Amino acid sequence: MFMRILSSALFAGCAAGILAALLQLYFVQPVLLHAELYEGGELVHSFSQPTTGHHDLASTVEASTPHDHDNTDPVSASAVSANPDTDGFDLARDGLSMAFTILVYCGYSFILVALMAVANGKGITITARQGLVWGVAGFIAVHFAPAFSLPPEVPGTAAAEVAVRQVWWFSTVAATAAALWLIAFGKSHLPWGVAIILLLAPHVIGAPHPDIFTGPVPPEIAAQFASKALGVGLAAWTLLGLFAAWFWQRSGISQRSTQPA
Amino acid sequence: MTTITQAVPATRTDIIAIFAALCFGIAIIVVAGHAQASSLHDAAHDTRHAAGFPCH
Repeated sequence: MFMRILSSALFAGCAAGILAALLQLYFVQPVLLHAELYEGGELVHSFSQPTTGHHDLASTVEASTPHDHDNTDPVSASAVSANPDTDGFDLARDGLSMAFTILVYCGYSFILVALMAVANGKGITITARQGLVWGVAGFIAVHFAPAFSLPPEVPGTAAAEVAVRQVWWFSTVAATAAALWLIAFGKSHLPWGVAIILLLAPHVIGAPHPDIFTGPVPPEIAAQFASKALGVGLAAWTLLGLFAAWFWQRSGISQRSTQPA
Repeated sequence: MTTITQAVPATRTDIIAIFAALCFGIAIIVVAGHAQASSLHDAAHDTRHAAGFPCH
């Protein structure tokens, strides 16, 4: 059983992770690099005060990633192009991003396939087509529900203490996943009632937000980042559900044919 | 209509396998997505932002 989960999860996680990484690099990364020009102070938003001491993380990121903005003229606060030149493909930085995206999707995949195994044990068949629905449910639990109260943050936005947000994030994902499970497999009205409470609770309690907004990044960039990150998440999770169900189902067939019960 | 295959009763090893896979998956998400060690954070920075994890 563990080998079956392991192989299905690894195949599905790698396949979805590679596609997620490519979508991310093409659609999300340019917005992130654009935001970092504001975070690092190279561009200054007309509505924000010139930042002199941007917070320490910006400097660590700047230091850890080679930047080459020779082609970016010093821009005055009054006229900032909305389409600056950002770096192209950076092998070290984007390679690491790809590796970590694949890793994260393998992590999701382990959880998803383990839950599919639980459903399977309860007599529920999982076809590749149904996998799409599992994927959408995963997207709702892991991306959409947290984003409802805590949108994906572009670098250079103000935020509350990271540990507090992480606790809120994990609680929200767990509560939403439990709620979706109850809606899918609950057999009476009671689980649905509990599910509604679990779906609402994290947002009624509310996500941790900063006391004041001090981020130097224009809201246009932050909005675009959030929606693009969510869109890529939906595409990648749908694919993850499809692949996970397909590999899980196939490994079941081969297992049955080799080990007749 | 949902097709019901024979409900395979979960054995003890199945339950352990499922639990182990769940823990493994959560551990990957915690380490790759949320651990704050600075080298990990810098390497995973762009992924964390794009995944909507609280990053810093």
